[in-house]
Amino acid sequence: MPLDQDLEIKKFKVIGTRVRRPDGVDKVTGRARYGADTSAPGQLVALVLRSPHPHAIIKKIDISKAEKLAGVKAIITSADLPDLTNGDRAMLDILENCMARKKVLYDGHAVAAVAAIDATTARAALKLIKVDYQILPHVTDVDEALKPTSPVIHDHIFTDGIEPKPTKASNFNKQAEYGHGDLDAGFAEADVIIEKSYKTEQTHQGYIEPHSCLASVSPDGAAEMWVCTQGHFVYRNQCAALLGLDANKLRVTASEIGGGFGGKTHIWTEPLALALSRKANRPVKLTMSREEVFRCTGPTSSTSIDVKIGAKKDGTITAAFAELRYHGGAFPSNWAEFGAMTTWACYDIKNCKSLSKDAIVNRPKTAAYRAPSAPQSCFAVENTIDEVAKAIGMDPVELRIKNAAKEGTKSSYGPVYGPIGIGATLQAAKNHPHMKAPLAKDTGRGMACGFWFNFGGQTCVDLNVTPDGTITVAVGTMDVGGSRASLALAAAEELGVPYEAVRVIVADTSSLGHNDMTDGSRGTFSSSMAAVFAARNAITILRERAAKTWEIPVDDVEWVDGEAKAKGASRGNLAPLTLKDLAKGAGGTGGPIAGHSEIVADNAGVSFGTHICDAHVDKETGKTTITRYTVIQDAGKAMHPSYVEGQYQGGAAQGIGWALNEEYVYGTNGRLQNAAFLDYRIPVCSDLPMIDTQILEIPNPHHPYGVRGVGETPIVPPLAAVSIAVTNATGVRMHHIPMSPPRILKAIKSAKM
Amino acid sequence: MAGGASSVFIEASTIRELFRKLSEEYPGMEPHIKRGVAVSIGGKIYRDQLDTKLPVSSEIYLLPRVPGG
Repeated sequence: MPLDQDLEIKKFKVIGTRVRRPDGVDKVTGRARYGADTSAPGQLVALVLRSPHPHAIIKKIDISKAEKLAGVKAIITSADLPDLTNGDRAMLDILENCMARKKVLYDGHAVAAVAAIDATTARAALKLIKVDYQILPHVTDVDEALKPTSPVIHDHIFTDGIEPKPTKASNFNKQAEYGHGDLDAGFAEADVIIEKSYKTEQTHQGYIEPHSCLASVSPDGAAEMWVCTQGHFVYRNQCAALLGLDANKLRVTASEIGGGFGGKTHIWTEPLALALSRKANRPVKLTMSREEVFRCTGPTSSTSIDVKIGAKKDGTITAAFAELRYHGGAFPSNWAEFGAMTTWACYDIKNCKSLSKDAIVNRPKTAAYRAPSAPQSCFAVENTIDEVAKAIGMDPVELRIKNAAKEGTKSSYGPVYGPIGIGATLQAAKNHPHMKAPLAKDTGRGMACGFWFNFGGQTCVDLNVTPDGTITVAVGTMDVGGSRASLALAAAEELGVPYEAVRVIVADTSSLGHNDMTDGSRGTFSSSMAAVFAARNAITILRERAAKTWEIPVDDVEWVDGEAKAKGASRGNLAPLTLKDLAKGAGGTGGPIAGHSEIVADNAGVSFGTHICDAHVDKETGKTTITRYTVIQDAGKAMHPSYVEGQYQGGAAQGIGWALNEEYVYGTNGRLQNAAFLDYRIPVCSDLPMIDTQILEIPNPHHPYGVRGVGETPIVPPLAAVSIAVTNATGVRMHHIPMSPPRILKAIKSAKM
Repeated sequence: MAGGASSVFIEASTIRELFRKLSEEYPGMEPHIKRGVAVSIGGKIYRDQLDTKLPVSSEIYLLPRVPGG
């Protein structure tokens, strides 16, 4: 059976069915163990002292009084975390973010950590630590940070991507450019040119479970960590490198995860817990408060984007330009560049360009958030496309269909597309009953399409046949969205056994080779591929064992519907050997039966989606209510349609929150003003309608079952779709996300003036 | 990175050979390659499989390794 990733067209037996999720009962009964649910005998409680200043020099940290407090077992500062990065600036940035070194760079930046016998003692110890700060001027706005007059946060940052490279340090860490054609010629051809500027505010992934870990380092250097993460192998590798441990001695077990969406792809407090445990010689549990999650983990960028589009009266877009300014928080990043790569990706435009400017500000380090950087650029582009449609009097869906990218289109970020699904999602939107449904008073309809890259990466799967003929599967790629069910389906499909006969676990870092983290919509794409290959390898062994049992050549044995069958007329008297038979007899035919797969899955294929939104706006209060919402997206092959629908709905829900309410609010003092769910409001069930979904299945040619990643693209179009709906409800173009009631009222008032 | 050029001509049969020759001929590229880049070959994007063959006269794009959420 083939072990390459090319698509095989086949009729599925269990793939595509809505089987019961394996983690469901434990999660709804409270039995599932999340990050804070693991404890160890003698464990200490750790808390972190954080800077109240957005930008300051640390002149002195005095821990002498805190150290003397009864019950305090260890205190660490940056002095306990020496730079072992050997010139790797990116790793040093990670270390510096975990614990400030010479300066604090944002409100909430860690300056010290305490491990004590209980939380009360740890809190008292934090109060006894005296930090002498020299406060520096700060900047939290992306446009302000790019000005030459802005206070410079790092003196080693000289703008990358500009020739000649500047010799003066600044907060402008990188410029990049994507696109092709002749913009001037393209705009000269246009009958209509629309030029607009947009802003989006910083948002958090808003996962329900705060970060938590339990670290235990023995005096002999062996260490264990139980942690809530999207990638325990990456956490293992980075923590080991930063603390000078051998990676094989740090065994990391991933807990169940209460949401991550990119925010748990970075290490934050884990090195601190390990360093405290090493110093105290006791296990240490460190759990963030919600306030810490907001202040000190990785929200997305706030942005400022300018867009200019030229089009002919027949709807042909002749030229398009965007300048995108994003920030990476207090450290250099590429977030604007990633936004620039996605800017025009949905369209086939002869002359297009996007220019990115990445900035550093005194805010927490920006982390990935589901299709990172794409929702903001999509918001700006799709609103401008909508204005073009209005200006030339063309239906906005038809305008998009006319300009949609297709197979053979040279994408705006360089490569020529193979088979892609943007046209199919737009056609499905055009024909969807939602597009034709009547609208209530003060309600507007918006639609938008979006793009995201997917990727595969390194994955290991071990499949074992137990003595009773049931199957265990161990995978190292974390299950954040249902991949355990998909792997069980893949193993059942290949082996010809019921779904219920397969149990899948996420194995720890000492049990399997390296696995990449679960990001880039890669979890089900890559680990299901590895599971298929592991099952096929096991089938090869099962056929060998049957051949031994029958004393016939292995080539005369085939695997059909969960049984070994002897081929050929002369074998007709041999009864098939079931998986149970072969498992039971394994000890006499060569020992345990297993299949393994270690792969790097490339070429995951890009992803497109189109969303339709109806929004009612109360023009007296500015409150927006989403009354209907539809997500249309290509899944390649939906292995478990309920999970795919859940990803579509979850992405849309998060995007609606981003569009309407969510926003980091910084005071003039550079401190975050709303670090709690009461003041940072994410949508709850009662805020949302049932989100309809339409799964398109255009098989991915580079997966054995045709699967595509689906997890990230659903958050790309909502900012645009919701804002266009609000624009159509109010008659006023919305240029600033989130469209909170005060912002909507202000826009309506300004338009009347 | 490549002396200001947006495209360069390199003879190579695999991604690995391409990276090696780019680093030799354009030392400014080396740190970027070491940090990790993705390669688009005929529209297909490869991030990890360095042994991937480069088809004759293929158009190759080097892209940043995009992170995910």
